[in-house]
Amino acid sequence: MEQTKYLVVGSSHAALEALTAIRMHDPEGSLTMLTRDPHLPYSPTVLPYVVSGRSAPDNVFLRDEKFFAEQKISLKRGKALKALHPARNAAELADGSEIGYEKLLLATGASPAIPPIPGIEQVGYHVLRTLDDATQLNAAMKASKQAVVMGAGLVGMHAAENLVKAGAKVTIVEMARQLTDGYFDATAAALIEKAFTDNGATILTGSRVVKLAPSATGATLTLESGATLEADLLLVATGVRPNMDFLAGDGATVARDKGILVSESMQTSVPNVFAAGDCAQAKSFYSDARVMNAILPDAAEQGRIAGMAMAGDPGIKAYPGGIPVNTYHFFGRHAISVGSSKVPEGGEVVTRFDEASGRYLKVIFHEGRLTGIYGVNEFFDAGVMSQLILRRIDLAPLRERFLAEPMKTAREIMSRTWR
Amino acid sequence: MGAYNTIAFDAAKCDGCGDCMSACANTKVGADDALKEAPLGGTARSRIQIGGTAETGYELALCRQCGDPKCVTVCPAGALGKDLSNGVIGWDAAKCVDCLLCTVGCAYAGIALDEATGRVAKCDMCEGNPSCVKACPHDALKLVTTSRIYNEVGGWEDLFAPGLAGCQGCNTELLMRHTLRRVGPDTVLATPPGCVPGMGSVGFNGTTGTKVPVFHPLLTNTAPMLAGVKRHYKRIGREVTALAIAGDGGASDVGFQSLSGAAERNEQILFMVVDNEGYMNTGMQRSSCTPYGAWTSTTPVGQGAGGVHSQGKTQDAKNLPLIMVNHRCEYVATASTACMEDLYDKLDKAIEASRRGFAYLHVYSPCTTGWRFPTDQNMEVARKAVDTTFVMLWEYTRADGLHFTRPVDDPLPVTEYLKAMGRFRHLSDDQISHIQSKVVENLGFVKQLAHGAKA
Repeated sequence: MEQTKYLVVGSSHAALEALTAIRMHDPEGSLTMLTRDPHLPYSPTVLPYVVSGRSAPDNVFLRDEKFFAEQKISLKRGKALKALHPARNAAELADGSEIGYEKLLLATGASPAIPPIPGIEQVGYHVLRTLDDATQLNAAMKASKQAVVMGAGLVGMHAAENLVKAGAKVTIVEMARQLTDGYFDATAAALIEKAFTDNGATILTGSRVVKLAPSATGATLTLESGATLEADLLLVATGVRPNMDFLAGDGATVARDKGILVSESMQTSVPNVFAAGDCAQAKSFYSDARVMNAILPDAAEQGRIAGMAMAGDPGIKAYPGGIPVNTYHFFGRHAISVGSSKVPEGGEVVTRFDEASGRYLKVIFHEGRLTGIYGVNEFFDAGVMSQLILRRIDLAPLRERFLAEPMKTAREIMSRTWR
Repeated sequence: MGAYNTIAFDAAKCDGCGDCMSACANTKVGADDALKEAPLGGTARSRIQIGGTAETGYELALCRQCGDPKCVTVCPAGALGKDLSNGVIGWDAAKCVDCLLCTVGCAYAGIALDEATGRVAKCDMCEGNPSCVKACPHDALKLVTTSRIYNEVGGWEDLFAPGLAGCQGCNTELLMRHTLRRVGPDTVLATPPGCVPGMGSVGFNGTTGTKVPVFHPLLTNTAPMLAGVKRHYKRIGREVTALAIAGDGGASDVGFQSLSGAAERNEQILFMVVDNEGYMNTGMQRSSCTPYGAWTSTTPVGQGAGGVHSQGKTQDAKNLPLIMVNHRCEYVATASTACMEDLYDKLDKAIEASRRGFAYLHVYSPCTTGWRFPTDQNMEVARKAVDTTFVMLWEYTRADGLHFTRPVDDPLPVTEYLKAMGRFRHLSDDQISHIQSKVVENLGFVKQLAHGAKA
């Protein structure tokens, strides 16, 4: 059986940061990266831009072969993890071979969640999670006249915009009452919706697809209302589910909930096994509950902590808990959200909306501290705002200035506090 | 890979004039383009942003060119990367997909949206010559180039043994390693009794602590012995640097006569004094370089056997480097490890001068054990000595006379220095005012010399 000191499963941000953290402390220990993907490491976040043609598929890789050679990392591509045997520190691959490890990181990410709608397996549809998905969608998009996107999360919205720009008639079907639910509030969502409808898209929020059937053009979708939609291109973007099927059987000792449960040092319930990124369920910043916070910056942070823990780096600091952060570009505008959209008890919400310019700002305070800030076309430094929340900086003395000029005021506080 | 230059901001010197922002906007997007954004003040597109007010103080938002850049780790497109040759975090416009995630990664607002283009923009250090720094009329922005020393000498051979037996927090090791590295392998080193041999330069059990010939003269005869060695090498036609690293006791007290003689004969040697203001190696006795009021084991504090209360040293320190100026040496300078660039410049000049005649370098060197301050405070204490003008950094040559190399415009009160260590803890108000008046007097005296040199 092949033996490695560190085994990292996955090849996106959490996994890559773990590699860096491990090598920072242990330049020599044998290190293997395993990915089911046939390609070099890339980010799922860049895929909408591969779909649009803006990023060439061969120009999105985050590391090259040289990196792996220099860092003495064995990269195994196209090799999926099939099962985990934690009792004997071994990982079983899809091809039946096994790799023994001393420390294992599960950074396996997530896969599209396909809703159990009758007929869905009879129709052809696209998803968008891998580079191959993106190149296929890019090719299909060029011929599409009539596209339907199921799901109005950021993946679906990005793809829908690309389809609109490619000239297709696009309908977005979303179960929730608003677009980008969970990312942006109703006002922001309305601004996003208007940008889409102005550009010719049809938005059906609060709608549910109840039946799918093959048709001459592609697929016929039947909605709850009884209406039907024809699609020559169907994209299913109704969310993701963490990849953890390999935790059946022997691996079932690894505690799971919605994702793989991890401690503040990204350790699972089982010795020598760590998890980070979209497959991990880690502490929330706002409570002791463990939550899924599948965003890129958090994946990188968790990956780094996991790598440090695996290598025994004494500089490790406990994971402070994640806060949601999203940035979204649509039709030349941008929306940014930092922090919880929930208004805590006793919290205060201040909104400012200028209809003429489409500038929207929403700030949530609790006991003088920032807990969330949202903007459409109102730029502020999301990294600085995150720190204001994470450091629980008292904004009470600067409240009015902060509301008038959030970016400028936050920068001043930043410069004063953590320069 | 070396260390990198950085742009440093001194908030106390900034008056919010905004010249740096105009300069940046002009350089990076052109004057016309910058001014087109007039509603945004013409400086909104600057990659350096000064905020704040006169009342609250001015604040900076600028890329730190981090060593562990979060903007790079969160970029999904591989559009950001640190250039290891110059440390700059570069942005690849072709790869960038405008997702703004880099602005999530950065906690310093160092990469931000340029609303005029809809793309992010960040400081690129203007190819090593930043426009903002040049434009700042108040020296609030500075291009810090201290990494120059590391980049230049980091790869040179360290001529001291890897392990030394110094006290924790002693800066003399720094001084020894830097100096010998600079002087190079064609050197003969003399280290009279004191901390430098005590730390292991002369070695243990028959081996030396240096990779160059080293000998251990008496306290009294360091300069003439070294001069003799140098003369010998001259006679056999070999060019060597004759270097002494001596303590203040060995130089200013019992070794002074022979030092003065060697200087008077203009022997071609480099004599470095590591001035820790006492005989620290043998138990912290006073020397003639110990300052007034300081506790040492021979200038104690408390009730003496004869019933006479003692309050530390009752005499002022001898100013040895000024005495050496009066020998009209080839080169005389004072230095501090708080100002390494200054020290390096002087070391270069002293080495060069020692090929022609007597070069004297006096380095003020705080002693964590004898001065009684925490072991992590050596640089801070050295810095306070300079900032209060308790020690002054100057150099002297016959051609140019004496001038300050690091003038202090607005000296801190001497108490800032005194309170940084235990050896002055007992001082009475009278003693403090004596020391302060002495600092002013010394500064005035050296200023007169410097002024005379200019005239």
